[in-house]
Amino acid sequence: MTQDSPSAKKLSADFPTIDRADEEQLLPQLVSHLREHRTRLRQDWAGRIDGAHLLQAMTPQEMAAETTSVYDNYVEVLETGSVEALQHYARDLSERIIPRGVETHEVVGIVLLLRDVLARSLFEKYQGDFAYLNRVLDAYEPAANRIANTVAVSFVEERERVIRQQQDAIRELSTPVLPVRERLLILPIIGVLDSERARQLTEQLLIAIRTHRAQVVVVDITGAPDVDETVANHLVRTVDASRLMGASVIITGVSPEIAQTLVTIGVDLNKMNTIGDLQGGLEAAERMLGYTVTRSEEKGG
Amino acid sequence: MDAGPALFSILRQGDYLIASIHTALDDSQMLRLQQDLIDQVGRHRARGVIIDVAPLDVIDSFATATLRNLAEMTRLRGARTVIVGIQPDVAYAMVELGMNTATIETALDLEEGLRHLNRPRSPDPSRPHSVGLFG
Repeated sequence: MTQDSPSAKKLSADFPTIDRADEEQLLPQLVSHLREHRTRLRQDWAGRIDGAHLLQAMTPQEMAAETTSVYDNYVEVLETGSVEALQHYARDLSERIIPRGVETHEVVGIVLLLRDVLARSLFEKYQGDFAYLNRVLDAYEPAANRIANTVAVSFVEERERVIRQQQDAIRELSTPVLPVRERLLILPIIGVLDSERARQLTEQLLIAIRTHRAQVVVVDITGAPDVDETVANHLVRTVDASRLMGASVIITGVSPEIAQTLVTIGVDLNKMNTIGDLQGGLEAAERMLGYTVTRSEEKGG
Repeated sequence: MDAGPALFSILRQGDYLIASIHTALDDSQMLRLQQDLIDQVGRHRARGVIIDVAPLDVIDSFATATLRNLAEMTRLRGARTVIVGIQPDVAYAMVELGMNTATIETALDLEEGLRHLNRPRSPDPSRPHSVGLFG
């Protein structure tokens, strides 16, 4: 909606005769210009975002809502000079759009586009008076750059926060020690093992061995994409330490890649009891513990 | 043999000797434990020895070597040795420090140690278990 308020009209009408020495009036003037042409400028901007194929992950309705509020925030920051509100909004926005796969270059791109759209409208408006235009741009550019900076930094910070959060979650979730039978534990290893995780995993396993009085542990590494020498040695130490606690370890799910790596780097695997897959490992463990699993005859008849 | 202050105690249980270590032992006390155990293995004609190290929060290289030697010596005198009650962080530290533990027989606790001696390769999981007892 165009603001056809009398004061805005008056301002633009007064423009040629305004006191040019009054620098402090520049920004408010600029702001009221941007407010006045809000709808047209916002549409210009949305068109350019579309043209640049940015934010394709969002629906047109969402785009309209977001661009409107980004625009309003932008103008407000220009007016007040306070970036805190914008930081808050940018963080909020990032929280909403990061899960939808919006990339950093898109966010920076749209803010820069808005800066350009607004700058052009200023050119258009003040093109008759280059000295004045210069001063308007002097006032506009630092503020606009600060905004672009703030939005980009907020977005990246939010992304990093999400990444950190996910790393923590992975770390906690990915090393469950599961009791499957009395005295039998399974430790499925999912995802990349670094030495920190490997250490943590050993600790959890040793404590679980004591808690569950485990005699056999099946460590399944089907879900581990690769291991390096450090991690392989760590696995060996885990096996040794478990044995000191009185439990035997069976390693299952060694992929062709990992098998090649382990043999090539020359890890001492004599003490490792490995079995092809988790099923085989469980069966072996049951045999060691003296279980016999039989299928009941009546079932499935 | 002079037992000295009760830093460890050796009990006879059937054919087995059970050595409970009560507190951290220094090197000379470690050696005395070794001496006492080897003597008693012969005296009691024991077939197995269980050493419970649960109260120890450190097992250093000397202690590891002593336990390893002890196991070998008792074997020569006709008894198997099982070390029981190694704490998780102790076990981790021992392998982290690269101590040679390969020949040491181990079990979770006293109960498991007895079972280990009774049925070395086929433990009986159907037997109901109780809470572990430490000396």
